[in-house]
Amino acid sequence: MSALRILVPVKRVIDYAVKPRVNKAQTGVETAGVKHSMNPFDELSVEESVRIREKKSAPGGVEDICVISAGPTKAQDVLRTAMAMGADRAIHVETKPDDDLEPLTVAKLLKAAAEQQKSNLVILGKQSIDDDANQTGQMLAGLLGWPQATQASKVEFGEGDVVSVTREVDGGVETVRAKLPMIITTDLRLNEPRYASLPNIMKAKKKPLEKKTLADFGITGEKRLKVLKVTEPPPRQGGGKVEDVDGLISKLKELGAI
Amino acid sequence: MFTPNGAPSRQRDGQAHRAFATSAPRPLMATAGFTETQLTVRDAVKQVCSGFPSTYWREHDQQAQDPTEFHAALAKDGWLGIALPEELGGAGLGISEATIMMQTITESGAGMAGAQSIHANVYATQPLARFGTRTQLERTIPNIISGKWRVCFGVTEPDAGLDTLRLSTTATRQPDGSYRVTGKKIWITCAQVASKMILLARTTPREEAQKPSSEGLSLFCIDLDRSHPGLEMRRIAKMGGRAVDANEVFFDDYPVPADALVGAEGQGFKVILHGMNAERCLLAGEALGLGYAALGRAATYARERTVFQRPIGMNQGIAHPLADAYMRLEAAKHATYHAARLYDASKMDRTIRMDEVGVACNSAKYLAAEAAFTACERAVLTHGGMGYAVEFDVERWFRECLVPRIAPVSREMILNYISEKVLELPRSY
Repeated sequence: MSALRILVPVKRVIDYAVKPRVNKAQTGVETAGVKHSMNPFDELSVEESVRIREKKSAPGGVEDICVISAGPTKAQDVLRTAMAMGADRAIHVETKPDDDLEPLTVAKLLKAAAEQQKSNLVILGKQSIDDDANQTGQMLAGLLGWPQATQASKVEFGEGDVVSVTREVDGGVETVRAKLPMIITTDLRLNEPRYASLPNIMKAKKKPLEKKTLADFGITGEKRLKVLKVTEPPPRQGGGKVEDVDGLISKLKELGAI
Repeated sequence: MFTPNGAPSRQRDGQAHRAFATSAPRPLMATAGFTETQLTVRDAVKQVCSGFPSTYWREHDQQAQDPTEFHAALAKDGWLGIALPEELGGAGLGISEATIMMQTITESGAGMAGAQSIHANVYATQPLARFGTRTQLERTIPNIISGKWRVCFGVTEPDAGLDTLRLSTTATRQPDGSYRVTGKKIWITCAQVASKMILLARTTPREEAQKPSSEGLSLFCIDLDRSHPGLEMRRIAKMGGRAVDANEVFFDDYPVPADALVGAEGQGFKVILHGMNAERCLLAGEALGLGYAALGRAATYARERTVFQRPIGMNQGIAHPLADAYMRLEAAKHATYHAARLYDASKMDRTIRMDEVGVACNSAKYLAAEAAFTACERAVLTHGGMGYAVEFDVERWFRECLVPRIAPVSREMILNYISEKVLELPRSY
């Protein structure tokens, strides 16, 4: 089996525990001074890559784990976190602060990066928790012409570059098999990401971080979508309480639900 | 924007649970001015602490049960070695980073109990790392960093509190070069769970010492063998931080091998002086964390608690004391991290005077402890009756916030020190 050269795209997003607020102009959410961290699904990708190496689950071994992120300078924070978790090196594609990249642009960028880095496995989060697009992995597979296994809950390696991926689907689990090179996107039950230990945080400071621009990959950040308006969800109305089943039925009848 | 399955959970120590969209978009404490390393430490330590929610600390406080799992979790990820040299497995960072680590711990809700469960491992190991022999270090430090051994610090005595030079626990040299220790120590935190004690004891009687003010004391790194005759300890029932044991420790002809001596015989006081300013910074950080935690709770409660059909925080009688407490904490924060920065810089920069560092570290400890007390007291009062209930945590932090006011040096002694060293006023004692 070929040695794995894994590319792991990671994104810096507003921390999952933070309650986001829509900005005054209603063009997006407020980001200034708000706590950011690595997209949780990308943490799963980093963790899985590191585990494949640690558990020696791939017969050909893991030659390289490269993390890549496109974003403002601050995106380097999540790259350092990924390296503290065990990635070998990082590529930061610097974009302007307001440059919101669409999934297709990101997929094109990752295609160029995967080719440049001679990657044979790309592990991505199934989606990022900021725009929830769930498109990049699939688009990347299409652009590269590689097989894809999305929403992975288990990844296993066999002889002859064969990879089996278990996916959670409606009503059960589905196991698919494909050959390298391929795309995997991660889902919640794949693993439990580790916390970076202090010695590894210190080591990560010394790992190589390459700085690039979109132009280095021959990409222009052209936009196909225009955000018209972002608004808060309407406040939820409190529910009513009923005494018993009869009360519930009469209430439902009253509302015309049954 | 957030899906119900939006984030993976991390099960650590059976406590972890990830909640959704709960925290305010901005933290209470302003973080401008902190270095990237400090902020990384803050984030990473916060993650470890997130596995230990308030319920964990409430229970351990009520049952006076050691937070063993918490110490182990920090040790597992290398945090105990934050300020120890890299060649011994530490991270080689400074007191600035160790201080923000301690602040993050207390601020997480762990309070002083969380901080005290590891405090001595971080701080009392400093003189050891600096003055210990190669063999001593290789034998002890890696085991302390890995959490295999816990450490306590044995300086204070019932008859020599702040007057450290008067301490009377004696280590008598035997013909074979080993020592026998006799005497009592008090307020020894974690003695029940520690395997090692950094002990300050008299090796030359006070009358015979050349310079009684500083010589005659020696530092040892000794084994605490609780089954050995000649070593007894008694737990002290106390006001706060009940999860962590504090003890009276009695030595009676307790044997200590020759190679337990750290640094030269008779130089013990100079050796520990080295760590005292560092400890003031750590304590200041711990106080700040406690203050911000309490203030955060108080503000949340004041926003949510409705009386007379409006949130109580709308009353300026509630709001203003909290706003005032915030400014006190922020000011103390600047004093604290200024002191820590100065302490770290003084290691490289010989133009920084030691008394300058001492003044900064003592001021920081004083200001942070007072600011924390103000914040904790007002947090209890903001909660009204509920502030008195264990379930709301602020009473626990209030009980604990007396510690940084009292230890490791009283407010009055700091005022004396500033009067003497800065204002050049005559000493009263």
